[in-house]
Amino acid sequence: MTSKLKQALMSYMAGNMTCKAVTNVITDYLEGALPFWDWVRFHMHLGMCFGCRNYLRQMKQTIKTLEKLPSEPMPPAIRDELLKRFKDWKR
Amino acid sequence: MSAPVPSPQEAETLKALLQGDEAAFSALVETYYSPLLRLAMAHVPSQAVAEEVVQETWLGVLEGLPKFEGRSSLKTWIFRILINRAKTRGIRERRYEPLSHGFLDDEGNEQPEQEYFLASGPMSDHWAVLPQSWDAATPERLLLSKESRTQIDAAIASLPPTQRHVITLRDVEGFTSLEVCNILDLTETNQRVLLHRARSRSERYWSPMCKDLT
Ligand SMILES: [Zn+2]
Repeated sequence: MTSKLKQALMSYMAGNMTCKAVTNVITDYLEGALPFWDWVRFHMHLGMCFGCRNYLRQMKQTIKTLEKLPSEPMPPAIRDELLKRFKDWKR
Repeated sequence: MSAPVPSPQEAETLKALLQGDEAAFSALVETYYSPLLRLAMAHVPSQAVAEEVVQETWLGVLEGLPKFEGRSSLKTWIFRILINRAKTRGIRERRYEPLSHGFLDDEGNEQPEQEYFLASGPMSDHWAVLPQSWDAATPERLLLSKESRTQIDAAIASLPPTQRHVITLRDVEGFTSLEVCNILDLTETNQRVLLHRARSRSERYWSPMCKDLT
């Protein structure tokens, strides 16, 4: 099968996905929860659509930013207080 | 959904706690401080009150520990205590009743709004204005600047409580989806929907700021 024919066949099987539909399933995609044919449609659409490629990158950047938020440090006074309570508790 | 029982590692911790091992208690308190505080913040008006809720939670844990039967994981149990206390405290502080939360509740649709997309014609539901690239808005840069850090925190604070819990635990604190489902008593699908809404809304909230960076 030629690659062009293969692509046409894939395109026929996959059908179309709109940009709006892509944004709706983007988390399912990132979570690995898209059913196979939706996954194919998603990729076919992304291959053709600059806007959705950017949107996916924005979403990944959003997640990365959240992941890099620094932890909330525990104030020493709270640690001391809790340890004191623990010592009392074990008596 | 039934929560998994304590892992072998948790069983060790449990044993150490019951034997009064201070180092084990201290390590646990330290590890969970940040996620516990962030969850409490979704229900109470200030960080000071959230800190109190975290302390109350640990006192509750100590009280319940001798009777803890390991029907859920230790982690799930601790985080559920926190959420119950934070909710109670939030009601007492008369704060964050569901409707005061922005313009949407946990059921609200958080996808980009319809005006993002063409309403009619052969290209309907395709982008009306193409999303920009955020090349200059790297996480490092966003977190370094005080203005953008404020925006990031404000986006999270604007979310309804359950969405806020999900995005905090999954993305900020790196919990697995199974852990989050157990703690919040959600199905996998429901958890994914809430995560989607929370991420989409954060993306939308930050979009003007990220586009402007060059
Ligand atoms: Zn598109």
